[in-house]
Amino acid sequence: MEKPLTQHIHPDKAPLDIREYEKTGGYSALSKAFQMEPEEILEVVKDSGLKGRGGAGFSTGMKWGFIPMGEDAPKTKYLIANADEMEPGTFKDRLLLEGNPHQLIEGMILSAYAIQANTGYIFLRWAYKRSGYLIKRALKEAYEAGYLGENIMGSRFSFDLHQHTSVGRYMCGEETGLLNALEGKRAIPRAKPPFPQMSGLFGKPTIVNNVETLCCVPHIINHGAEWFKGLSLTDEGGTKLYGASGRVKKPGIWELALGTTLREILEDHAGGMQDGFFFRGALPGGASTDFLVEEHLDLKMDFQSVMDAGSRLGTGTVVVLDDRTCPVGMLHNLEHFFAQESCGWCTPCREGLPWVEKILLSLEEGTGREEDIELLEFHSRNLAPGNTFCALAPGAVEPLQSALKYFHADFERHITEKHCPWK
Amino acid sequence: MLTEEEIHEITEEINRFPVKKAACIEALKVIQKHRRWVSDESIEELAEMLEMSPGEIDDVATFYNLVFRKPVGRHVILICDSVSCYIMGYQQILQHLKVKLGIVYGETTRDDRFTLLPIPCLGTCDHAPAFMIDEDLHRDLTPENIDDILTKYK
Ligand SMILES: Cc1cc2nc3c(=O)[nH]c(=O)nc-3n(C[C@H](O)[C@H](O)[C@H](O)COP(=O)(O)O)c2cc1C
Ligand code: SF4
Ligand code: FES
Repeated sequence: MEKPLTQHIHPDKAPLDIREYEKTGGYSALSKAFQMEPEEILEVVKDSGLKGRGGAGFSTGMKWGFIPMGEDAPKTKYLIANADEMEPGTFKDRLLLEGNPHQLIEGMILSAYAIQANTGYIFLRWAYKRSGYLIKRALKEAYEAGYLGENIMGSRFSFDLHQHTSVGRYMCGEETGLLNALEGKRAIPRAKPPFPQMSGLFGKPTIVNNVETLCCVPHIINHGAEWFKGLSLTDEGGTKLYGASGRVKKPGIWELALGTTLREILEDHAGGMQDGFFFRGALPGGASTDFLVEEHLDLKMDFQSVMDAGSRLGTGTVVVLDDRTCPVGMLHNLEHFFAQESCGWCTPCREGLPWVEKILLSLEEGTGREEDIELLEFHSRNLAPGNTFCALAPGAVEPLQSALKYFHADFERHITEKHCPWK
Repeated sequence: MLTEEEIHEITEEINRFPVKKAACIEALKVIQKHRRWVSDESIEELAEMLEMSPGEIDDVATFYNLVFRKPVGRHVILICDSVSCYIMGYQQILQHLKVKLGIVYGETTRDDRFTLLPIPCLGTCDHAPAFMIDEDLHRDLTPENIDDILTKYK
């Protein structure tokens, strides 16, 4: 099976330097691309079926299509790589950042060319120290080799790329929160419209893409849309970085065909459950996705299939809940995170999430009341999409609403037995 | 008083942006790099440089998890308290640290050696539990192996 994104990544070794990267065919997509019109690149990416790997799964080509192009378009446009990866349970972009930073840089140059952006930022999480150091070095090499800066490889295209390190807040990963953070402000979201493609960073047209999304682009340009589609087991193109953490035998991360089943990820790659632990459920793609349970094990892990099962593929990094971990305790941990990271901008989320966190704590401490379950159900509805300013709160209630559905009896037991049965 | 070096570094940051205010976070990072934390006095001086009010800067400074508005020790331990580390038992690591160092979240040891803080997912969930000390990531922690790790930080 082809693994374009990770074929040159060896986690225990230093990443390829620019010469080694070039030897593997790196940066060769640039000369090909510069002979094409930007619109042609956009078409290829659209045809490839590439969907954003940041969680929402929106078509990348379509997203780029909203950028103003041509003579009348603003001269300054931005392309931003979202490398804030702070979704609990998610560790996929780190692998790409540390494992092959030139692949990201090449992907960004190509994507910038497609939307004719002249400036880019890699918006990196503070905690990713090693990534920061390796990207800095790779950027220097790319500038020296003439892949960045003025008139790249003698073309008419110029592109400057900078690294920005954030100072920690989940909301920095939300695309408009990210723009505010880059402008030196609080990472609170912006009203849409105007969409960032029209008015983004400093009011200029801007595209924000996830690291994994951008890393796919060189391979699409090199091998074409049909090839990329063929990598996948469904009609959404490409491979996907899938991960697993929790009480599995071999937690880790693997590049597999998009649409690989949950069972295959957990059994063949993660080695099944640790001895003495049984599978109870899993968050398929990070903290803000609905639980899946036993009946979903044969589900294809692509965006559409997981959505049809009532959850989201999210980041594709699976968090496994075992029988020796209390689901209410796990949920309390998740909601503590969301309540803490709520930016406080809108009331349902600012007030609702700490409320949810408190109820879950009282259940854990054995002081829960019968009406608490209804209250939790109320908050799940009240924080649904459309009621809050951004997607943080709707994401926060995804594990909550699904836990209430699949682990209802466990909630009840906390109340009737007046203590946590796992303690 | 901000040192000449700090002022120089902050000025460089200001010059990288189309508007002065935009350098706010970068400037806070410069100050923290030199002083470990950001004091009220530093905020006031920075306010003048960026042509903002001290309140506006504090607005930004207090929003972010990793801008320290209180003094911290020589080393900062950031322990991941997110979901995969929860499942893998970070609570035992935390308990061990609290007892060993005699501090709780937000506190600094008497000898100024360690400050203990929680941090969301460190992106190394396949090697949970994990913490960072200063700029170093430590993973696959057990109550047994953390004592050794701590001795490296004087
Ligand atoms: C609270 C919140 C945090 C987010 N964090 C990230 C993140 O760390 N990385 C990321 O790529 N996308 C994150 N997203 C999704 C982004 O808003 C955006 O959809 C994504 O970067 C777009 O890239 P894509 O189209 O390539 O997927 C987050 C969204 C929300 C609501
Ligand atoms: S939903 Fe939460 S994080 Fe999003 S704007 Fe409202 S308060 Fe902020
Ligand atoms: S949850 Fe601790 S490293 Fe991800």
